[in-house]
Amino acid sequence: MKAIETKNLKKHFDGVYAVDDLSIKIEKGTITSIIGPNGSGKTTLINTLSGMLEMDGGLVVIEESQKLTKIKPHETPAFGITRTFQTIRLFEQMTVLDNILVVLTERQVFKAIFDKHTNYHLKIAEELLKKVNLWEKKNDLAVNLSYGQRKLLEIVRALAMKAEIYLFDEPFAGLFPEMRKIVVSVMEELKKEGKTIILIEHDMGLIRELSDYVFVMDSGKLLAEGKPEEVLKRKEVIEAYLGD
Amino acid sequence: MDYLIHLLILFAIYAILSLSLNLVMGYTGLLSVTHAAFFGIGAYATGILMAHAGFGFFTSLIIGIVLSGILSFIIGAILSRLSGDYFVLGTIGLNYLVLAVFTNWYDLTRGPLGIAGIPKPSLFGVSFFQNNYFLILSLAFLVITFFISRFIVNSSFGRALKAIREDQKTLQVFGYNIFSYKLAIFTISGALAAIGGSLFASYITFINPASFDVMQSVFILAIVVLGGLGNLKGSLLGALILVAFPEFLRFIGFPSEIAAQTRQAIYGLLLVVLMLYRPQGLIGKYKL
Repeated sequence: MKAIETKNLKKHFDGVYAVDDLSIKIEKGTITSIIGPNGSGKTTLINTLSGMLEMDGGLVVIEESQKLTKIKPHETPAFGITRTFQTIRLFEQMTVLDNILVVLTERQVFKAIFDKHTNYHLKIAEELLKKVNLWEKKNDLAVNLSYGQRKLLEIVRALAMKAEIYLFDEPFAGLFPEMRKIVVSVMEELKKEGKTIILIEHDMGLIRELSDYVFVMDSGKLLAEGKPEEVLKRKEVIEAYLGD
Repeated sequence: MDYLIHLLILFAIYAILSLSLNLVMGYTGLLSVTHAAFFGIGAYATGILMAHAGFGFFTSLIIGIVLSGILSFIIGAILSRLSGDYFVLGTIGLNYLVLAVFTNWYDLTRGPLGIAGIPKPSLFGVSFFQNNYFLILSLAFLVITFFISRFIVNSSFGRALKAIREDQKTLQVFGYNIFSYKLAIFTISGALAAIGGSLFASYITFINPASFDVMQSVFILAIVVLGGLGNLKGSLLGALILVAFPEFLRFIGFPSEIAAQTRQAIYGLLLVVLMLYRPQGLIGKYKL
């Protein structure tokens, strides 16, 4: 079953197409990597799928049934989509714990006024923060964490959403090997649970290790797709991306 | 002693205004320069209803709160679609708009002449004519406003407000309808500011548009920034300092007429110095 599909998806900025007529299909329960040189449209694709950018054409199909020509960002959780960001976007001047609790508690305005987090929410937050060794830092402001810790906090914040489709935009960038191992195990665990991961990554070793399928983008278009070991050998991919 | 009571009443009124503005500015990160408009709506509702229609203070207060809530909802609906500098400009524009209504709707507000003879409150036969009783009433409303504000900021709603302040686009991706949140806090803030307005009208017994101009909004903003953004106790501290400030100038030997004239210049200077050296305010945690 397809978790998410784009059909002739378009996104342009002042006439320049960042995503140009892109049609891809992503299988449920897989880790699918999207690779390509800088400026190839990978992050624009993720921003469009998460509603942060409005699509200019085409459509997105969720689980082969919901056909969307417009995605509002606050509606993405209803489609089972969540994400992390290439440039870390935490709620900087809030505590580590509050960064998690804010995605666990009530969203509806009038209910939220009379709602407070419970032990149930705290237990989930504790479990998630312990997974990335941040429970001890729960009362620190997010802005005071190290780069790697901030990256991990962003990842567990996404996990707190209990989504079906995770969009991870360069989650390994700038991480120490120990932290990379944590992120790898998080992704493997998600896959075991049947979740779908769309991964933007530049490290070819990790792409080979983690990905079930790879899409290669160049200038907003789909250049190639297939199993990682096949795709990464193709001449056009090497020329466009690896520059060899 | 009477003068101290007078200052404490003004402190209570401005603390109510700064607490309510802090919800929008300190917690939600929306730099609003229109708070004097809601202050004025509360004051005019009370002034008109008490002086011209014979209503009691508490009825006028409730009507003022509802009216200010409705108008802040409408204003908020317009402003919530704006962000950053555009939002700030929008708030200034709307303060002028409300001020123009106060000044030009002569039949209702008596324009620049203002409304005089606004009675003092009374409840169950007890008159708050004496200032010491009025102080108790003002402090009671301050305590109520403080606890309402604290309840809000400690709720899940309050946490979301802080997240809006930090990064509203990111919060949206986690399922929050930012527009509704901004609108709700703007409405609550405007309604609470009307309490300050009602107390002001009934205490001073005279109101005119000059009390609710943009400079007044800047003064309330200065209280919030001085005390501390995103800190309710900071709003109390800021109000205490800035209400007492002219008295301090007099105390160190400024002639009273110069103290009054230089006050606004010193408030302006204070804001500049704070932005340069302590943008989070005296006991605040967050920067604008």
